[in-house]
Amino acid sequence: MALLTHHQRYLLRKAIPRLIQYFLLSLFVVFILTPIVLLVFGSLKTRGEMYSRPYTPPIPPRWENYARILGTDIFWTMLLNSLVVALVVTFLVLLICGLAAFVFARLNFRGRDELFNLFTLGLMFPITIAILPVYLVVRQVGLTNSLQGVIIVQTAFQISGNIMILRNFFASIPFELQDAAYVDGCTAFDFFYRILLPLARPALSAVASLTLVVSWNDLLVPLVLIDKEKLWTLPLGTMQFQGQYGTDLALVAAFVSLSAVPALIFYLFAERQIVSGLTAGALKG
Amino acid sequence: MEIATRQSTGIFGARLSRRTQDAATVVLFLLPAFILFIIFVIYPVIQSIYYSFFSWKGFGPAEDFVGLENYKRILTDTAFRKALGHGLLIIVLSLTLQLPLSLALALMVGRDLPGRRFFRMLFFMPYVFSEVITAIMWMGLYNPDPDRGLLNALLILIPGMKPQGFLGDPKQVLGCIFVVLTWKYFGLHMLLYMAGLQNIPREIEEAAMIDGANSRQLLTSVTLPLLGGTIRTTIYLSVLGALQQFGVIWVMTRGGPINASEVLATYMYRYSFIRFWLGYGSAVAIVMLLISLGFSIAYLRLIMRQQDYLGSY
Repeated sequence: MALLTHHQRYLLRKAIPRLIQYFLLSLFVVFILTPIVLLVFGSLKTRGEMYSRPYTPPIPPRWENYARILGTDIFWTMLLNSLVVALVVTFLVLLICGLAAFVFARLNFRGRDELFNLFTLGLMFPITIAILPVYLVVRQVGLTNSLQGVIIVQTAFQISGNIMILRNFFASIPFELQDAAYVDGCTAFDFFYRILLPLARPALSAVASLTLVVSWNDLLVPLVLIDKEKLWTLPLGTMQFQGQYGTDLALVAAFVSLSAVPALIFYLFAERQIVSGLTAGALKG
Repeated sequence: MEIATRQSTGIFGARLSRRTQDAATVVLFLLPAFILFIIFVIYPVIQSIYYSFFSWKGFGPAEDFVGLENYKRILTDTAFRKALGHGLLIIVLSLTLQLPLSLALALMVGRDLPGRRFFRMLFFMPYVFSEVITAIMWMGLYNPDPDRGLLNALLILIPGMKPQGFLGDPKQVLGCIFVVLTWKYFGLHMLLYMAGLQNIPREIEEAAMIDGANSRQLLTSVTLPLLGGTIRTTIYLSVLGALQQFGVIWVMTRGGPINASEVLATYMYRYSFIRFWLGYGSAVAIVMLLISLGFSIAYLRLIMRQQDYLGSY
């Protein structure tokens, strides 16, 4: 230490806590990345390499697993099913929750608070708990083994939370704006469509991104409602694929990697929206 | 303005009074949400209360009325009690390990650590992977054969250590699952804490420093109390989240071995959709609902404050 000047010692004292911070954070980076990296490594090996040297980087990379999966119809069918379900659910949630949230936030009518409280009950009835009751009703209306059934159920269970997020956002827009619009002869619908919706674009895109992720990843609803292989979504299909080809670890790894790619791409582009959707839910009063 | 010329023509094209129009808007705008919510959320629950009093396998109408028999059976079934206990254990572990860990990481990254965005992005990433993908990734790591599972391969490098059963060992399986759940969800909690920290005005902390608070006092008397609302929210989310765990556990262990990782959701799924005891499954669903509702109402009444808020997760 005697070799250090006073200034150097000061810098060192500042730098050491930082280094410890980065060291600890790096441990968590390793924790997060290890399963992902091993999966991708595995997907680029042959079945034999997977046994002989399971943990090393795949040199040279073998693309056969990917080619095999992308060459079959089943992966593309599942991708399409997942895409259709997630996009339609997102559209419906935006439409239905946007309309309802507007009424709760901006219009006065008798029974408003009671009705709103009814919707908040939905937060305490998550789909995991309600799945059997819901299955029985879907069976009664004849929508099992159809993507429509999955879409309706996923939409119904996303209503509560998203009405809350959007209502809060709509309520935060100054009431003077509404009065001014009314004075100018706007109807409530005009105000909603021409003024509120354009202003609410960030909130709407947050709700949309979050809904998309939740729907895309859902396993339980398709698992319970869908038998036909043609109608499997990606999470359901991935689980079944793992069950069927579980011994061919490299092939399963490739399948799982491929099914993770859409979510990952979406995350890279919509991280900000997803994050703001989640934090708006938890933080806005 | 174009809007001004349309003088209350309204959605029906006729001239209607503002009140009639508003009433029509209320009804029309609420109708889709209301219908969907009543038919697919509220009505199913009410119908299942009815079915829960029957012994019913799902074919034909439910005729074999058994009264409270299903409920009695649930409460005396050891597998159900195990499932309940495992759920509680996951909750306790989440509150004592996962949340403090997320909070510590959020404080460490703080407001201005260089690389903050990178860490947030990376730690939150598992949240967007499906439970199926998460489970299969980790099954690879947990493979009991050291030639296939990395964890055992690393473990046997330590002298005297033997390969572990992990998911196959009834004593270890729940801990292993908890690690996976932490991997998937600590980023979410960290994110919420980071956003909460962002909302604390910097001036308050600076004022405390000027008044001579050291960094520990700053944390315990200023930062943590101001983060109270976020902490209360994350506790609520953790508890309700634990009650809803299904995908990761179902894919990895199906609740086994010998019920060692059974939780309420896997228990209900097994009886409802594998054995097709729909009357009994309905009763299990109602019990779970009462637990969720009871906890939520108590927590919202007793712990949550007016300004705390819950969104959709």
